[in-house]
Amino acid sequence: MNAVLRLALACWLLAIAPLANAGEAAVAVASSLQFAFPELVEEFRSQGGPPVRVNYGASGNFRRQIAQGAPFELFLSADEQSVLALHDAGFTESAGVIYAVGRLSWIQRPGRGALPSDHAPLSAVEAAIATYRDGEGRQRVALANPEHAPYGIAARQALQRAGLWEDSAPLRVMGENVSQAARFALADEARGGLVAYSLALAPSLADQAEHVLVPAGWHAPLHQRMALMRGAGDEARALYQWLEGEQARVILRRFGFQPPDAAEGH
Amino acid sequence: MDWTALSISLRLSAMTCLLLLPVGLWLGRALALSRFRGRSLVEALVALPLVMPPTVLGFYLMQAFGVQAPFGAFWQSLTGGGLNFTFKGILLASLVANLPFAVQPIQRAFETIPSNLREAAWCSGLSPAQTLWRIELPLVWPGMVSALALTFAHTLGEFGVILMVGGAIDGETRTLAISIYDRVQAFDESGAAIMSAMLLLVSFLTIGVVYGLAGRSRWRRG
Repeated sequence: MNAVLRLALACWLLAIAPLANAGEAAVAVASSLQFAFPELVEEFRSQGGPPVRVNYGASGNFRRQIAQGAPFELFLSADEQSVLALHDAGFTESAGVIYAVGRLSWIQRPGRGALPSDHAPLSAVEAAIATYRDGEGRQRVALANPEHAPYGIAARQALQRAGLWEDSAPLRVMGENVSQAARFALADEARGGLVAYSLALAPSLADQAEHVLVPAGWHAPLHQRMALMRGAGDEARALYQWLEGEQARVILRRFGFQPPDAAEGH
Repeated sequence: MDWTALSISLRLSAMTCLLLLPVGLWLGRALALSRFRGRSLVEALVALPLVMPPTVLGFYLMQAFGVQAPFGAFWQSLTGGGLNFTFKGILLASLVANLPFAVQPIQRAFETIPSNLREAAWCSGLSPAQTLWRIELPLVWPGMVSALALTFAHTLGEFGVILMVGGAIDGETRTLAISIYDRVQAFDESGAAIMSAMLLLVSFLTIGVVYGLAGRSRWRRG
């Protein structure tokens, strides 16, 4: 009987232990920034910025979570629609700004067959389809789920444009977000995948992946928009302003993002 | 190593245990001792989270917690806040998901008490409350220890329900199990490995405590 009381006491002590996370900006960040954002935060912090709590995920999922009341203060989406829809529903302070323009790229493990040329970045998909038709194995093609990931939508558009969407159906594996898609693309069973260029350029993937850029005209432009949520704190506000500045641009450019001026007319 | 996630996991497990222990005692005793209409139905409902896929349970809870749903709206009128993507939300979800782990061991323990023992206590002049405190609880404590340990360990490892209801928000609902998944997605295998080892160790210790205590009680009884 004493054992029960002792265990209950231990539980009680665990339950009342303090959890510190006040004074931090809670930020929802699109998975395409999985590698760029830590560097952005590091630079922001080194200039005296407050601590930041970051969550990575698919933009469509964040849109749903914020609409359900998730306590984020700043949302960096990989598209425009997710932010604008939240704005229309009254969740954001403003329509926000485009902070970067993303690009789609093909990535594969080195030695997983010939790397496609710049002119035909989807030739590896065609090769994988041919291999499958000949009954010589099922090499997977990874992309993010187009239902809630902007880079998944871009990948689908590129495949549709090339007339490969139907034929690639038995080969496709869908990541829950674009970062997971990159993981799948570099798995042993995969020929490769269509993911954010920013992930292909990440230093931690440099020796695991080779990549080819997909021409920007092959899919709808990936205008990445961010906005402050209603009730955002000063910490989030400071980060939002800093992200529009030149230092943030330099880091984003290093990860293959084009500056917002590339999104003419917006 | 994601210490925030570890502390959220431990806090969630501990609070689930504390809140479910009285529920488990009351419900487990009622199911073991009283015969009432719809008893099988209640037993089935309690066991349901055991057999339901966690994502299904998570989906229904997420729906119920939504601010447009009756329960979510009621909660909001009561507390002024939503439940989805909050710690309170995953705690509530965890209470539901762990109900069978808390109730069933205690119910089994009460079932092993012969009814004439309780009657003898009453004949000796003990009130029902005294009987519970001085006769029954000292006999069912191994069941209570199992209930606590199973609930604790199961909550630590819970993934699907927490992810659906909590959305893996850092510092709020991202538990250790979810943090491991996130680390793998971020190509941080060493981080995932350290946290997996941590979870393995804590789970092993929890189960070890139960078997240790259960073994001691066997040894005492001879």
